Amino acid sequence: MSIGDAGSEITRRAAEASNGAPAPSNHVGRAMRRKEDPRLITGKASYVDDINLTGQLWAAWVRSPEAHAKIVSIDTSAAKAIQGVRAVYTHEDLDMEAGLPMAWAPPGVDVNTPDHWVLAKDAVKHVGDPVALVVGDDRYGVVDAAEAVMVEYDPLPVVTDPEKALEDGSPLVHEQFGTNKVCDWSLGGGDLEAGFAEADVIIERRVVNHRIAGGAIEPRGVLAEYRGDRLTVWSSTQVPHFLRLFLSILLGVTEERVRVIAPEVGGGFGSKLNIYAEEIGCAWASRKLGRPVKWIETRSEGLMVTHHGRDQIDYVKVGAKRDGTLTAWHSKIIADIGAYQLLLTPLIPPLSGFVMCGVYKTPAVVTDVTSVHTNKFPTDAIRGAGRPEATHMIEVVMDQLAHELGMDPLELRRKNFIPPFSAGHETPIGVVYDSGNYEAALAKLLEHIDPAQVRQEAEQLREQGIYRGIGFSTYTEICGNAPSRAVGPGGFGLQGGGWESATVRVHATGSVTLYTGTSPHGQGHETGFAQIVADRLGIDPSQVEVIHGDTHTGPFGLDTYGSRSLAVGGEAAALAAGKVAAKAKAIVAHQLEAAAEDIELRDGKFSVRGSPDKGLTLAEVAGAAYVTMDMPEGMEPGLDEQSFYDPENFVFPFGAHACVVDVDPETGKVKVVRWVAVDDCGPAINPMLIDGQVHGGIVHGIGQALYERVHYDDAGQLVTGTFVDYALATAAELPSFETDRTETPSPVNSLAVKGVGEAGTIAATPAVTNAVIDALRPLGVEFINMPLTPMRVWEAIQEAKGGVPA
Amino acid sequence: MSKTVPVTLNVNGVEHHLEVEPRLLLVHALRDNLGLTGTHVGCDTSNCGACTIHMDGRAVKSCTVLAVQADGVALTTIEGLASENELHPLQEAFWNDHGLQCGYCTPGMIMAAAGLLAENPNPTEDEVRHGLEGNLCRCTGYHNIVKAVLDAAKAKGAAVGAPASGQPGVTA
Repeated sequence: MSIGDAGSEITRRAAEASNGAPAPSNHVGRAMRRKEDPRLITGKASYVDDINLTGQLWAAWVRSPEAHAKIVSIDTSAAKAIQGVRAVYTHEDLDMEAGLPMAWAPPGVDVNTPDHWVLAKDAVKHVGDPVALVVGDDRYGVVDAAEAVMVEYDPLPVVTDPEKALEDGSPLVHEQFGTNKVCDWSLGGGDLEAGFAEADVIIERRVVNHRIAGGAIEPRGVLAEYRGDRLTVWSSTQVPHFLRLFLSILLGVTEERVRVIAPEVGGGFGSKLNIYAEEIGCAWASRKLGRPVKWIETRSEGLMVTHHGRDQIDYVKVGAKRDGTLTAWHSKIIADIGAYQLLLTPLIPPLSGFVMCGVYKTPAVVTDVTSVHTNKFPTDAIRGAGRPEATHMIEVVMDQLAHELGMDPLELRRKNFIPPFSAGHETPIGVVYDSGNYEAALAKLLEHIDPAQVRQEAEQLREQGIYRGIGFSTYTEICGNAPSRAVGPGGFGLQGGGWESATVRVHATGSVTLYTGTSPHGQGHETGFAQIVADRLGIDPSQVEVIHGDTHTGPFGLDTYGSRSLAVGGEAAALAAGKVAAKAKAIVAHQLEAAAEDIELRDGKFSVRGSPDKGLTLAEVAGAAYVTMDMPEGMEPGLDEQSFYDPENFVFPFGAHACVVDVDPETGKVKVVRWVAVDDCGPAINPMLIDGQVHGGIVHGIGQALYERVHYDDAGQLVTGTFVDYALATAAELPSFETDRTETPSPVNSLAVKGVGEAGTIAATPAVTNAVIDALRPLGVEFINMPLTPMRVWEAIQEAKGGVPA
Repeated sequence: MSKTVPVTLNVNGVEHHLEVEPRLLLVHALRDNLGLTGTHVGCDTSNCGACTIHMDGRAVKSCTVLAVQADGVALTTIEGLASENELHPLQEAFWNDHGLQCGYCTPGMIMAAAGLLAENPNPTEDEVRHGLEGNLCRCTGYHNIVKAVLDAAKAKGAAVGAPASGQPGVTA
């Protein structure tokens, strides 16, 4: 089908609908190809850098080459003298009273939070800290000018190791606190001491979860235009609504005069869930200069100053009975959060605590988090945000425990699974899982892969010098941010609620615009949400246009992160569509002289139950509501409804993954040769989209486990500053994936759905790590931390052989 | 700005006469001077392949070529891959197979795949995976991209064998 055909197809269907011909129903559950794609596959989409404005200037940032230093002087004269340079700004030019926001104030916990200015004041705290902003006529010219800004630094001692940063006498990242500790935070339940006393076996492991990047292929970018007294900002962001709020606060422009547009956004993975210096700085400079200002991040900037994720050292202690029954679990997390705190920085490590029970009925579970400043860029949410770290330590340590007990790793898991539940299970830490059937997910996984067969293959392959291993991960996670009462100021301490909004606007001819407060960047909401709305209104998804990411078009929203869009935003869309349907039924009841409760939606018509032939299509109802006004006495005209949905609880997707690896002991190289994934995110809206999310999520996890690491040396220099050194997996390293699902409905929302955007990533790293350890056990390797690079694997083999590698 | 030089860029069958800085990258000439924004930039080191176009029919990363080096060469970008209002079999296959999510790598990925299929019309899965290793995608895990390229190769084969009546070999 050509694009032109696709367009005429939509027109044809719309015409059919308005002529009263029944439109197909029950689109939910179908693998419908995406409405987004025609513009994306033909190069017609508009990302930030595809938008240019008349009079537009370019921005470039002068960034610190030092990890920690006093700024002695900044000489901007040479840069200002370059032709085409319009301004060079430093901190003293900024007339802003506050810096970048951090949104977490947990009750009863003191958080040491430093000022975080758009341009560094007096000192720099990490490599890449911006010290000057250059604005000029030309994209290349501003980069030349940035190099002409002369900054004199007086280097200060650097700390990059979070454990050393906690020692007395460590260099201090922020002297005013007298410590590098940011805060201590704990969550737990049950009697830990009694649990360990009861245990026959106690094991302890130091699990390192290293720093990674989001790695969205579209770098960040901003275009800001202050014109008249109004500010418009185009940004490659996941959070346009948050950005509008903070632009308004920081620049003192009232909110109704600030418009933020997230145009096509080329991936986020959490890394665009922030309020960045470049966004505030470009908007501020545009007001200063009266011209639009554009900045497009380079990849080297992106790896340096787009937030990182993970970076923690986990001390895990687990107690169990000889038969495998878990009795106590204690995780102490030391989280290296970097030099400053971005929007959610210090609250990410505590998120691990919410799922530290995993899928197991451990009676006592405690998570203690200590967050630490170091001279690195801040961490924040990256795909999974706290749950991959928790799942990694749980699932890796479960395999370690199984080995210690001489049990099969899956038998140990089954022994401890929380039994199936459909309407809530309260864990000892007080978190209530919505629904789960972990045994069923694992059973389904084992329909696809036979561990005994893999182990047989492994024995044969060892004769050829190849070490094959199999690793599992059975996980649950927490998403669907969020019930406001749980996350808000009186709960977890987030300075805001967790609802989502939707407006369903039926046009006079019967087509529909859905405005969602979520802000997708690749997930496919334009298709999935259209399927949801279409089913509730008896139309085709092609007649539903989904509008997102523009603060001037729809109601306030809370954007996209934490696998929240479907379970919260999709539910809001369903509820708003339900309100439209209810009004439509009232109108139809009036016209057919029936009771509203006797009207049903069937085959694309609102009709009296039992008389499907006599009914009105949505287009006919819209005509009555806007044009002919053939409605019940006193009813307001129009067919346009809004919903703000604040869920009762989070949702808890779960699943079971299996990974098979081949390791070459001569080189230490690991190859993933097979992956089977069973995920449960409730009933599918569009199974094709779910598979896509799972595939990408798994590879993000494989990437962390095997290839990716944001690495700073002891001097705080970023060693992995380009895609040459920061290795994203390519197609050549990966197998195709085998995916399947179980569908356990969530009792939390009417769609019965849970999120799936992060599930693959959450499941993946322990499956890889367990597989590699399984492969290497015949060589004596018992434990190994990520990233499982050839060097690290080879070294582990040499150490196991008894010799320390040369 | 340093001094400019003339260059003629032949893009998607149209000749453009430009005055450019010698250091101007071809990808920026295409995007900023000619408005062909379907070609993207995702890195500074020629790793990601989002900028892949065709020069004289071969897939090339246009961030690694200066505009002046493309003088007089026949260039094809994603905008010129298929004729107006038609989809190339690869575009169709990426759509059908969910071979894209955020879409940012997609034009480069499709152009690289088109280059691959031009050299090897019937690749194995392994050949597709290695043929695309110069293009990074963070969304899809490559699973559906590889599937799409294999499906497009099959469809193209069908198209070659299609009757002269003009029945397209590619189905939706």
